[in-house]
Amino acid sequence: MKKADLKSLDLATLWRGLTRPDPAGTDRVVPPTGFTAQLTVFSAAAMAFLAVFALALALATGRLAERWSSELAQTVTVRISAPEDQIDEQTLTVMEALKTTPGIAEARLLPDDEVEGLLEPWFGPDVPVEALPVPRLIEITEAAEGFDAEALRLRLEGEAPGAVLDDHTRWRQPLVSAANRLRVLGLVSLLLIAAASGAMITLAAKAALAANGQVIRVLRLIGARDITIATAFVRRFTRRAAMGAAGGTALGMAAIWALPAMDQAGSFLTGLGFQGWGWLWSLLIPPLAAAIGFVATRWAALKMLREVR
Amino acid sequence: MQNLSFGYSGNDPLLADMSLTLQPGSFHFLTGPSGAGKTTFLRLCYADLLPSGGRMTAFGQDVQGLSRDGIAGLRRRVGVVHQDTQFLDHLPVAENIALPLLVSGEQVDMPALGELLAWVQLSGHARAMPPELSGGERQRAALARAVIMSPDLILADEPTGNLDWDMSMRLLQLLIELNRSGKAVLIATHDLNLIRAAKQQVQARVLRIAGKRLQLAGADL
Repeated sequence: MKKADLKSLDLATLWRGLTRPDPAGTDRVVPPTGFTAQLTVFSAAAMAFLAVFALALALATGRLAERWSSELAQTVTVRISAPEDQIDEQTLTVMEALKTTPGIAEARLLPDDEVEGLLEPWFGPDVPVEALPVPRLIEITEAAEGFDAEALRLRLEGEAPGAVLDDHTRWRQPLVSAANRLRVLGLVSLLLIAAASGAMITLAAKAALAANGQVIRVLRLIGARDITIATAFVRRFTRRAAMGAAGGTALGMAAIWALPAMDQAGSFLTGLGFQGWGWLWSLLIPPLAAAIGFVATRWAALKMLREVR
Repeated sequence: MQNLSFGYSGNDPLLADMSLTLQPGSFHFLTGPSGAGKTTFLRLCYADLLPSGGRMTAFGQDVQGLSRDGIAGLRRRVGVVHQDTQFLDHLPVAENIALPLLVSGEQVDMPALGELLAWVQLSGHARAMPPELSGGERQRAALARAVIMSPDLILADEPTGNLDWDMSMRLLQLLIELNRSGKAVLIATHDLNLIRAAKQQVQARVLRIAGKRLQLAGADL
């Protein structure tokens, strides 16, 4: 038998058939498949729910990595611990050294109230900072070209032995790295969810098409074109995927919205959510699920129709 | 068809060197022993199978060169009735009969559909589901579905195989009426009584498949 040509089933034609209204009720030629339909809707909903979380994770870790990277790149601290009679002098020396170091945009000595604010979580609100041997803190803002931290460290050792340059690398770098990996994992999860959704919808569509092999043969026998048959199936599965995904997305967004706020939990957990326009990304999930349903069912329909003359 | 041959396996053709032209308004019977290839012959006529040799044209078109949409178009001009015609069991009888119109995107003319149901004496079964129909009712529903697009050719494969004599005569009468309205009719059957009954009313030619070839058999009846 000659290999079936299915030129009429190109994507554009099928899409037109899909978006055109169906006043004649051509879709009714496909028998209702209760259980398969429910499974498709449920699978699409579950996948969309997971996709919302994967998206939130990817966006949140992206923001986290960006924030930490930015802080790491731009702020460095010099801590000066010295006997009381030397601390002012060493502070002045350090400030002078920083002013003359290339790559430093700004060096700011933290005033007592800011230092008090930093200590407040540990000592309470009424800290007598002046009565404690609290080190002086100088916040450095790095210029775009950066500075030679090792050279500055050596210089401070020589000129102000009580000064310690802390560029936060030791503890921030692994966190930034972890956040970046989490972002990649979030994106990979999204891709896997999309692929799994496609596979599930394809399986459901193939099962429905196989179960309706006799229907398809009857339709071909009475002169139905491939586009008519395929559209009836594709329309049904695309709608199911879109409906399920819309429900799953709504639930997922509600669950994210219900996460504790920053003042109730740590900043990382609060970051696991959407901010501002980020919420709109979730709204792309139902149309994407519909697109996956469309492509997956079209593929299954093509395979099935090739077997029927 | 000209010098048409067909075989399910390459080396052993089931049908060979067959030539036939079905004129508008003609009435043919196709006979032959079981397994001779009557059903295969009909399937070739509606392009469910493609010949392995020779040439087949339908309504001026080379069937071998038709696209899938072309085949669909051909089938809208050929009504087919099988011995065990399949329906869509989830749709009522009336919708099954109107199915060719539905899938062609044509509007269903409800009064005309009502007339068609009355013609095949199924008015009372319009809303019944196909599994509820008897054998004779199914065959009449199949005939109604086959003619709703007003095809130029009607093919019937053992249409009375499961029917009693009265019901067979009723179905034959419907086919004769269609023929009188200008449709070409080709009925595959091994029921000689049916052929004799038809020949009393219409000018029918009888073809027989014997030895893989098509022969005129009218003189034997």
